Amino acid sequence: MKITLTVNGDAYALDIEPRRILADVLREDCELTGTHLGCEHGVCGACTVLVDNAPVRSCLMLAVQCDGKSVRTAEGLAGPDGEPHPVQRAFSAERALQCGFCTPGFLMVAAAALEADPAMGEDPERVHSVVASNICRCTGYEPIRRAIVRASNEMTAPPAR
Amino acid sequence: MKPPSFDYVVPRTLPEVLEALADPRPDVRVLAGGQSLILEMHLERIRPDLVVDINQVPGLDGLRVSGGGPGGSGAESRGSVEIGALVRHGAFESAAAVPGPLGTLFSLAVDNIAHPPIRNRGTMVGSLAWAHPASEWCAIAVALDADIQLKGPDGDRSVPARDWFLGTFETARRPGELITAVRFPLLGPDTRVGFIEHRRTHFCFAMVAVAAALTVRDGVVEQARIGLVNCGDRPLRARNAERALTGAPVGSLGSGYRLPDSHPFVRAGRIAAEDDADPIAGPYADLEYLRHAIAVVVGRTLRQAAEGVSR
Repeated sequence: MKITLTVNGDAYALDIEPRRILADVLREDCELTGTHLGCEHGVCGACTVLVDNAPVRSCLMLAVQCDGKSVRTAEGLAGPDGEPHPVQRAFSAERALQCGFCTPGFLMVAAAALEADPAMGEDPERVHSVVASNICRCTGYEPIRRAIVRASNEMTAPPAR
Repeated sequence: MKPPSFDYVVPRTLPEVLEALADPRPDVRVLAGGQSLILEMHLERIRPDLVVDINQVPGLDGLRVSGGGPGGSGAESRGSVEIGALVRHGAFESAAAVPGPLGTLFSLAVDNIAHPPIRNRGTMVGSLAWAHPASEWCAIAVALDADIQLKGPDGDRSVPARDWFLGTFETARRPGELITAVRFPLLGPDTRVGFIEHRRTHFCFAMVAVAAALTVRDGVVEQARIGLVNCGDRPLRARNAERALTGAPVGSLGSGYRLPDSHPFVRAGRIAAEDDADPIAGPYADLEYLRHAIAVVVGRTLRQAAEGVSR
């Protein structure tokens, strides 16, 4: 089946079987391996990407369902000049990863929440609910929470002179 | 595992959906949110011949309130809300999505349904179609007398939730039918609601969950509705517990963490666990534990409703 996926602003014209999940098509056909596949059950959240700006599990969506839609992956977080997204800088500063397998998924849920409301880091419950969507077996989640709060502070700070 | 091959169509209108669903092959599936279907396809427990993706059909994503108005009393005049087949779980995170206490009950329940990325895709109607015994929406539909609305080869029909669930993953849906919406009667302003879920970890399905809608007048329970999640092979309504509560004095709830054994809510919990529930023992919970948990969660949910939850 012929579809057009727009991933991180680039259009990909693909001819794929309906049975293929979005995560596999991103990794194998678009060669964007930043999206990781963990459980393939919708539980772990490593494969989370944004479809039309909403976080979804790319293991529980068929690629053909995204025909004509806009997909954003971890590769699409940095700015056009290569400058990392505030949430990426904050993950680095707070050491919010160890093995890094779950990181793309956490970055996407955090980026979506912060871009929808940059001040969400002020409310520990909202930070908790973002972090609770995904599984990380290294960090114990605390550094990830701190990173989201740090990114939120940066994104709401008045611009420097 | 990866899903095996299947045919896939994306109809643009309801007649096109019905035409696709009339396909004579044995396993034709409707894809709405896909958060259960695609998982089951990964596991190859479902190997569809044809998947009918309804996401491009206009008009199925509506949440319509009809009837009702200030000063109304009685079920008829309170009106109802019709929730289309493509309304995602996430729509109910805001208690204001649905008027009155029903919106509060939905928002309490939806916190327990997976996680925000899943709630962005999964739908309430999809849960009713899938009929998992641990589904929050299914028990609420049974407790509140929702109606499931269908379109099929023989026209439109509507099935009351109490006749809808025939067993685990079994419903009254006939071949070729599409659930277009579910209709809930709205709850009056004097009804209070509660929803409490008990599970092993944040990532687990409900071990036991309870939905309650309670109308208390002059300190006496006038009407109680109790829905039991994962307390049997299908969603259940705790009718014996409801009957025992009707006319019972709520009394003082105090501030202690536990109500006395003689309190009507505690009694109702015991009745629900013994006479209404039909739990199935699992690897982490035997029947004695499950009946105990059901009694406790029913009692706590009734107390939460009586004390009132603000959202």
